[in-house]
Order: sequence, then C-alpha cells, then structure tokens
Amino acid sequence: MALQTKVTRNSGVRLFLQTVIGRAYPRVIGSQRDPAWLFFDIFLPFLTMVGYVYIYRALKAPEEYIGFVVLGSAMTAYWINILWSMSSQLFWEKENGNLALYVMSPTSLMAILFGMASGGLFSTTIRALVILVLGNLLFHVNYIITSFWALFLVFVLTMVALYGLGMMLSSLFMLFNREAFHFANLLEAPVMLFSGFYFPVSAFNFWVAAAASIIPLTLGMDAIRQLVFPSTAQLGFLPVKLELIILAILSVVFLGGAFFSLRRMERLAIKQGRITDRLG
Amino acid sequence: METVKTTPTYEAKPGKLQTFRTSAWLGWMIESNWTDPFIFAVYSIIRPILTAAILIVMYLVIRGGDFSSADFVNLYIGNAFYILVGAAIQRVSFGIIDDREHYRTLKYIFIAPLQVPVYLIGRSVASILVSCFSVLFTLGFGILFLKMPIVLAEVKWGLFVAAFFLGMAVMMCMGLILGGWTLIIKNNPWSLGDSMGAGLLIFSGAVFPLSVLPTPLQWIGNALPISYWLALIRRALVPEIGRTYPMYTNLSDLQLLLILLAFTLLYAVLAVVVYKRFDIIARERGNIDMVSNY
Repeated sequence: MALQTKVTRNSGVRLFLQTVIGRAYPRVIGSQRDPAWLFFDIFLPFLTMVGYVYIYRALKAPEEYIGFVVLGSAMTAYWINILWSMSSQLFWEKENGNLALYVMSPTSLMAILFGMASGGLFSTTIRALVILVLGNLLFHVNYIITSFWALFLVFVLTMVALYGLGMMLSSLFMLFNREAFHFANLLEAPVMLFSGFYFPVSAFNFWVAAAASIIPLTLGMDAIRQLVFPSTAQLGFLPVKLELIILAILSVVFLGGAFFSLRRMERLAIKQGRITDRLG
Repeated sequence: METVKTTPTYEAKPGKLQTFRTSAWLGWMIESNWTDPFIFAVYSIIRPILTAAILIVMYLVIRGGDFSSADFVNLYIGNAFYILVGAAIQRVSFGIIDDREHYRTLKYIFIAPLQVPVYLIGRSVASILVSCFSVLFTLGFGILFLKMPIVLAEVKWGLFVAAFFLGMAVMMCMGLILGGWTLIIKNNPWSLGDSMGAGLLIFSGAVFPLSVLPTPLQWIGNALPISYWLALIRRALVPEIGRTYPMYTNLSDLQLLLILLAFTLLYAVLAVVVYKRFDIIARERGNIDMVSNY
C-alpha cells in the first residue's frame, strides 16, 4: 500500500509571516554566531565617532556637540544598514543567484524585504546601543530626556520611514549592475552631510534642510536632539510635533512606494527575465 | 624517437613589470568602465568634496567662516590627503575581496605564473590614481571657494615630491600587510579596510593634532608613518602655516623625511614577511577561493 504524505503549503498572511521570520533569522541569529561583527560593526563606527569627537575637542566646541556626535554615530549604524544591507541587498542576492529563486518562490518580495528590515533593525539596534553606551562611558555625555514617549515615538516613526525608504531603494537597486556598489558608496557622504549626523541640520539654510528632510534620519535626529539635549533646543530645525507628523507621512509614502515599486520590479523580472540575472 | 620537452621554461613567466602593468590596466578597467567618463568623474569628485564639507560645516558652526585660519587650513589639507591613505591602504584588500568573491578569479591568479603581491599592488594603483584626482579637486575646491592660502609659488616642491612618494610607498606596504590579513578572514573581510581607515584617521593627526588625544594614544600615532607624512605634506604645501601645526615642531623637515624613509624600509621588510606568512596560512586553510557573502 502506497504511503501518502499530505503536504501543507502556507498561504496568505501565514506565508507572509513565515517569510518575514525566515528572512529575519539569518540577520538576527546568523550574524550573532560570528563574533567578528563585534569588531567590525561596533569598533568601526566607534572609531569614526572618536575621530569626530576629537575634531570638536580640537575646535574647543561646547560639550553638547560631543553628544551630537555620539548620537549621530549611533544613528549612522542605521544608515549604513539601510545602504548596504537593505538597498543593495537584492543586488547582492542577484550576484549570488538567489534573486531568481526569490522571484520564483510562492511568497512575495515585500515579505522578504520586511524580513530583512526587521532582522536588520534588530541587529543594528544592538550595535547602535553598544556605540551609544561606549560613547557615553568614554565621553560622559549628559542626556536629559524631556519626554520619553515623544522620544519613543520619534524613534519608531524614524525607523519605519527609514526602512520603508530602504525597501523602496532596494527595488531600484535591482536595475543596477556594477554601478550599484558605486551608487551606494556615493550615497553615504551626502546623507551624512545634509542629514546633520554630527551637527544640527539648522546649520544649513532652511530650504537645504527642508530638502534633506526627505531622508527620515534628518528630522528623526533633529527631534531626538531636541528631546535629549534641551539646552540646545534653539538649534532645532522644526518643532518636534511637526517633525513627528512629517515622519508619519514619510512612513506611509515610503512603505507605499516600496510596495508599488517592488510589484513592478517583480513583474518586470518575470516578463523580461533579465533583472534577476547576473550580468558581470 | 625524439622526446618532447614539456617542462615549462621559467623565461616564459611574465616579469614583475609586465605583471604590474597588466594588473594596473585591469584595475583601471574595473574602476572606470562601469559607466561613461563623465559620470565616473562625478562619482570620483562628489564623495571627497562632501566628506570635506562635513568638516567645513563642523568648523563653521563652532568657529565661524574664517577659512584662512591656520587651524582650518591644516585640518583641510590633512583631510584631503587622508583620501590617499584610505586608497593606498584599503585598495589591496578590496582588490582581493573583489577578485575572490565578486569576479571569483583570485584562485586563477594564485595558480598563474606571476608574483601575487606585484599583481595586487598593480591592481590597486588605478584607485590610488583616482584618489589623487580627488585630492586635487578637494584642494582646488578649498583654494577657489574657501579662499585657502595655498600659493603654488610658495610650495616646497622638492620636499613635496620626496615626501609624497615615500608616503605612498610606505602606505602600499601597509596595504599589502592588510591584504594578506584579508586573505585569511572568513567573515566581513571588507570591514577590515574600513576599520583601518577609520582607526588611522584618529592616530595620524590628519584632522586634529595628536596632542588632543590621551598620552598612550599619542604613542600609537607617533609609531605610524602617516603622522610624519602628513606633517611633511603640510610643511611642503603651506610652509608657514604647516609649521604652526602642533605636531613635531621640534623636528626639521629633513629629520621628518629621514624618519619617513626609515619607516618605509621597515614596512617594506614587514610587508614581505607578513604577506608571505598570511599567504601560506590562506593556502593551507583553503581561503583562496572562499566566498564569504551571506
């Protein structure tokens, strides 16, 4: 008598969640198995932070600016994660031959990107926290949190908008070939400059700062600075409430944009059969 | 019956110069031919200018717009030339990662009849040349838009050329040591060059004098050739302003040059020994054709 094995296949929300967990797993567990990340992902941003702190010390800047650098360096971890592990991730997957498998699989690319985003957000938050703690221990930064809930909300909305942007960019990176590396590399410096990672964004003229606000970290960091360094609140670009509203709008826009652009890329990949190919 | 001689003759091996020339050409193609020359130029210029702009704004918010002050000129020149440090030191290891993991050709390079270190240095030369243009543009930007007092007629060209080439030589040796290390790293090998670049920025006195650091950290800076190289470059480009930079003020230009020469010889020996050791370990462990992406 032949044995019959019933194969159950998840679909809908269950498949979506299964994919999210499956893709988040290597980022949360896999990367922690290799202790090398302790050196590379914490030590590297930490060194950069130390460099910028000592530049301010050499310029005899007020102590609050040291706090700006420590905070900015912790947030740098998120931008680096967005650039190299979100935006360009589908490009790397193409290079490895995984992208075609993703497109062929019965799940959605959106779920895969959600998995990458949630796993990346978790592991990057650990890195950012370590950088923050080390920075505080070494440079004795004095934080005075004026509203914990506002701070929490700013952080959450900044991350949702930021990872939404990362998901949207990742679909665009699928169109790239060798220029992907150069493009990601190029995006690092302008964002660090115009988003004000190491100084208040209000140092720029209003319209430059407004244009830079398209990157969620600009308003996110500005609001966080106002909430944890109240003595420098006058350096804030916009009131925190307004920044929260704009961050909420950016979250919706970027997540919606990611959904539509990914769907389009997925269709193109199936129709043309070229987007998923490694071209050298 | 006549026997056929099948043993390859050693004369057929490419010489060091040919290996260097071919790998430099290959490096240039890889660096530049992914796009048209205009976009390539834009990409090469924008990043260093914007990185310098971060420092400009930091200086601006603290000290105001006096860009001709000695503090700013020394900071700007140090930052501009530090681009070359990153390129010379990191590019050998990036070349290894690129060939091993992206193009997957490193295993063929290793079994080819050529000297791998010569190939690796040649492969990195293109990006060093591109970085030279970046340095020129960054300096040009400073002279044109920030009115920095760099006067070509006052530049000590002899000192500049001697210091420049000694510095590049010692940094390429450091790059080779780092490249060797990259060969045996299994995970995140690309972070090694970045870490080194960020670390050396702190200890080189590029953007702030070593005296700002705690004393034990100053010792690390004094043990690095880059600190002396940057001091010499400053003194050659802006002799009066360069001398005001609070590093090695008790040493003359010649003494600094001799120290740099001694470092170059030391690092050349170290590079040969250390690279050879890493090469043996990498071959034994099977790291040559490894792919570390995840």
